[in-house]
Amino acid sequence: MAKQTASQTVGPFFLYGLTPELATGIRYTGYTGAVLADEATAGEHIVVEGRVLDGKGDPVPDSMVEIWQANAAGRYRHAEDDRADVPLDDTFRGFGRTGTGKDGGFRFRTVKPGPVPGLGNAWQAPHIVVCVFARGMLSHAYTRLYFSDEGEANGADPVLGAVEAARRPTLIAERTESRGQTVYRFDIRLQGEGETVFFDV
Amino acid sequence: MADPAPYRARDWNVHPAYDYPAYASTEFRAPKQPLVPIPHTLSEVTGPSFGRDAAPEGEADLTVNARVNGEPMGERIIVTGRVLDENGRAVPETMVEIWQSNAAGRYIHEVDQHDAPLDPNFTGAGRTMTDADGRYRFVTIKPGAYPWGNHHNAWRPAHIHFSLFGPGFATRLVSQMYFPGDPLLEFDPIFKGSPSPEAMQALVADFSMEITRPEWALGYEWDIVLRGRDATPMEA
Repeated sequence: MAKQTASQTVGPFFLYGLTPELATGIRYTGYTGAVLADEATAGEHIVVEGRVLDGKGDPVPDSMVEIWQANAAGRYRHAEDDRADVPLDDTFRGFGRTGTGKDGGFRFRTVKPGPVPGLGNAWQAPHIVVCVFARGMLSHAYTRLYFSDEGEANGADPVLGAVEAARRPTLIAERTESRGQTVYRFDIRLQGEGETVFFDV
Repeated sequence: MADPAPYRARDWNVHPAYDYPAYASTEFRAPKQPLVPIPHTLSEVTGPSFGRDAAPEGEADLTVNARVNGEPMGERIIVTGRVLDENGRAVPETMVEIWQSNAAGRYIHEVDQHDAPLDPNFTGAGRTMTDADGRYRFVTIKPGAYPWGNHHNAWRPAHIHFSLFGPGFATRLVSQMYFPGDPLLEFDPIFKGSPSPEAMQALVADFSMEITRPEWALGYEWDIVLRGRDATPMEA
């Protein structure tokens, strides 16, 4: 069996390589960016924003955050999600990527995903898969974002259930309304007090 | 629906640990709590796929894709290889993104203040899709070494950053390719971050006379291995 190729850090200089729209101002169709949904996309339109913070509580201004999610109906745009009875949305791919700013901040515009199947007969609460890359991180880190207004579904979610109760709040994005937008606030603490739960995926 | 077939675990005998004191920036960025293991659900085995339109053909030639008023300076090279899974199977139609310094060891980035010239005809960024055989191919300029602040007289060996997706979010990988015979490799804590000497060496490309094009450019070959599955239901 071939050995996996070792991970290496993204370093501080990935701007043109991975987030070219932040360097050039050009939105590249079908590629990457922080805007996942347009007006035609079905579902509840939301903003997901937060900051990446280090072990001293300082902002991490040179990290990259990627998100992957199902559409509002709970379907992933991927060959392995072949549930024909759950609609795809032509305007929604489900992938977003952005670099953090000087304040460690990131901001995605997307739609709230629907619930998706878990293993066996279980269902998973609506969630977004989040991946963090940074200078000073030789391997990327996976986490998940859950929604504060999904208390009942969150309580039955098998992945949340695998996390010790005291640390679960690090995975729950707080819902707020701001200037007519629904904003979910999700800070990612790489280390220290309130360290975000990261998964061995 | 049937449970998806899981990918093999991330091999932590190969991937660097988060906490790695020789690389100073890990000090406050390494998660300290143990990772919480979770099984692979639909959320982990699915992931973004990109059409060919996301990586137009010209983006695979970094000596052309950022020209303003001429050719970029430096040594033209060809970098090619295959993206495979642990079972040796090709990973076709997957996005490969690269970025690198210019020939003088400088990136276009406000944080990079290394006293070396920028090249107006080179951004050092490119992307392509693998073909049906899992092969990618870039034409670029050989990157230069550059100093960094990790320790006294610290220099990064020449390297090209690679970003890969593979079939699912679980197969995501960011790595770096190095050049054979580089005397800086043994001093570089990032290169040496992997716990396995074999895995470190696997980050070094092979020089290839076969890929080298006469009168034009030297060729380097680097294969990349992503996580694979034990068996898919169809094979069972």
